[in-house]
Amino acid sequence: MSAAPVNVLIVGVGGQGVILASNILCEVAVRAGLDVKKSEIHGMSQRGGVVTSHVRFGERVHSPLIASGQSDVVLAFEAAEALRFAHEVKLGGALLASTQTLQPPKGPERKDSVKYPEDPLGRAKEVCHGRVVPIETQKIVRHLGNPKVTNTVLLGALSTSLEIPEQLWRDTISSMVPPKTVELNLKAFERGRQVVVVADLTV
Amino acid sequence: MSATDKNRLLMFGNEAIAYGAREAGCAFAAAYPGTPSTEILETFSRLPGIFAKWSPNEKVALEVGIGASLTGTRTLVTMKHVGVNVAMDPLMTFTYTGVRGGFVLVSADDPAMHSSQNEQDNRILAKFAKIPVFDPSDSQEAHDFTRLAFEVSERFNTPVMLRETTRIAHAKGLVTFGEWGEPVRGENFIREIDRFVMMPLYAKPRHTFAEHRTLELQKYSNEWEGNRLELNGSELGIITSGVAWNYIRELMPDASFLKVGMPWPFPAEKARQLAEHCERILVVEELEPFLEEEARIAGIAVEGKKYFPREGELNLDNVARGLYDAGLLGSAPIPVTGEPVIPRPPVLCAGCPHRGIYMALKKVNADVYGDIGCYTLAALPPLESLHTCFCMGASIGNSIGAKLSERDPKHPQVAVIGDGTFFHSGITGLLDAVTSNANVTVVIVDNDITAMTGGQENPGTGRDLMGNSVPSVKIEDVVIALGVKHLAIADTYNYDKTVEQLKAAIKHEGPSVVVARKACALFPKKLKIDPFVVKTDLCNGCAACFRIGCPAISNSGLTTEKGLVIAEIDADTCTGCTLCVQVCPVDAIVPLGDIEEVTA
Repeated sequence: MSAAPVNVLIVGVGGQGVILASNILCEVAVRAGLDVKKSEIHGMSQRGGVVTSHVRFGERVHSPLIASGQSDVVLAFEAAEALRFAHEVKLGGALLASTQTLQPPKGPERKDSVKYPEDPLGRAKEVCHGRVVPIETQKIVRHLGNPKVTNTVLLGALSTSLEIPEQLWRDTISSMVPPKTVELNLKAFERGRQVVVVADLTV
Repeated sequence: MSATDKNRLLMFGNEAIAYGAREAGCAFAAAYPGTPSTEILETFSRLPGIFAKWSPNEKVALEVGIGASLTGTRTLVTMKHVGVNVAMDPLMTFTYTGVRGGFVLVSADDPAMHSSQNEQDNRILAKFAKIPVFDPSDSQEAHDFTRLAFEVSERFNTPVMLRETTRIAHAKGLVTFGEWGEPVRGENFIREIDRFVMMPLYAKPRHTFAEHRTLELQKYSNEWEGNRLELNGSELGIITSGVAWNYIRELMPDASFLKVGMPWPFPAEKARQLAEHCERILVVEELEPFLEEEARIAGIAVEGKKYFPREGELNLDNVARGLYDAGLLGSAPIPVTGEPVIPRPPVLCAGCPHRGIYMALKKVNADVYGDIGCYTLAALPPLESLHTCFCMGASIGNSIGAKLSERDPKHPQVAVIGDGTFFHSGITGLLDAVTSNANVTVVIVDNDITAMTGGQENPGTGRDLMGNSVPSVKIEDVVIALGVKHLAIADTYNYDKTVEQLKAAIKHEGPSVVVARKACALFPKKLKIDPFVVKTDLCNGCAACFRIGCPAISNSGLTTEKGLVIAEIDADTCTGCTLCVQVCPVDAIVPLGDIEEVTA
């Protein structure tokens, strides 16, 4: 691994499982023998706000925060959040984004100038300096029969962008999810990997 | 935390502090929860051989801690930065008496105000209190400095502050940790009147003691290896501490550094050595120019806040920008900004018991003096029915002053305060309302938990931090004991009744109290009754349900014949509190079950 740390920015909406996903990523990096730092914001953001988790790993990591526009990968749990952070992807990096949309509560009284974006991932492609891979997480988890494994699907997608052995991912996930769900989570992980592989073949 | 080598874990700064304290033989801890400090005590309370407790406020926590230290017990007290303001009174005198058992106060500062009402820099308060302060840069240092802080406390006979910031407290890094130390518990209190009775006769010599101690601590600060001099290139020397070290180290790896672990007493000798070695000295620090001023006092010419922001957090971008402005980087980082995307402000949860009382307050058009907690979010649209927020407990005093000063009464004067906040520092405010016979209404929103910080126990909960059953205090008992003559207990899921009770309380001459009681929708367990949905054909687009600010209710994208927006309820998010049902004039909101039966 090169001297510069790898930067992964995980984004979503409170309650989507961003923090658990970043915990698993950190653990994978630790098991790969790397120095790791992560930083996230608790508190107010838990009340339906935007959640971001900065994860950095490499030989030696100093800053707990990623510089703007320097993320190797932005992993987005929600489509509008993918657009919000699309510019954080560095040249040649990747935005791996769930196609799921979550509308913030909004009535006619709140005449916000900004509306929920139309075709957020299409617009993200215009903004992003790296490739954009849409991931139909809702469709995938419906197939798998459990919406709770969305974050494992996304981790599967993420794993294809990082130089960490696949088996290490599988072992770490197996040890960190409830024992009864290991098989399901490994399936979800595999589905996530396939999405990116297929997308890359069709580019 | 996560497992790796036996003695190496990925830890939050807050977890690392708890481990460091336990290794140092700390046996006793007291705190009041507050972001970003809360997890320290939650972690510590699960470690073996210790006692840990929440106190009703930071001042009491510090006083409880002093008592434990006086018996010889090693003691940890934790709080957020503004909590230290509350605890300043005992701290300013504890610094004279000194400790018996080692005493460490953790101040968790919140630059950028992620979850706070201001962004004060408590290194200044440590200096003001004449106590040494450690300022860790990552989880490992948070662990190591905490451990060392107990040693320094006993060696120099002083309370010690460990000051961390959000990016230390809530950032994870690898920590190598040691064995649990033998918990150091004292015997009994030992009388020592001339040290512990701080009346003028005895306090004067103790002040002298504290000044002598400062001289000793200055020597220590200049010798201690945690104030680290790294002499490299002679063009540029950088003085830095806390999280800023990580950014500047990454951006200017070849500079010379004084990496400060103890900002006060400032290691002036080491700073002079850096100045002798380097042509130019730059200070890079978050928030106030603390090291910068200390360096100037030491007679060193430095530059600092001239280039780096005093507000908010530092990061790789604004530190790089400052270096460019100082002529030290060849190019300015180009700030990348994204497209403006729909904001997601934090909101009161679906089913939040506070919603009903704010709907009622809006209905009676009260001026509402607010306080600190989840319920502060009612200041945001669409509720906008909370009009001040200063500090813990301020609401009641604010309402009294405004009521006693108003010349042309237009609106009812109402204070809103949570249960945890009432116990923290609302009781004395209510006492003032009674004795001044102020015609104010105090609404105490009682959800039986300290919710904003993640569901900690408070004096009304009946359970302590260690999970034991303890006596609980009923708010209405306190209210009656204070002499309030009009008291109502409201069920905030019953909107009409709540409005009626609120109106009656406002009508009462003199202070009145409404306890709005309902368990939090998240803690101790997540609320879920039968969800409701909107019958699209019945909705007339009046927007009454939108105005209650529930995150389960949104725009369906459909409109009525008149072009008004038809509402939609997300059945997964809806908890079934029925408040929207109660305000819908056309009965368009019905239980999900009813619809499913029809379509089945």
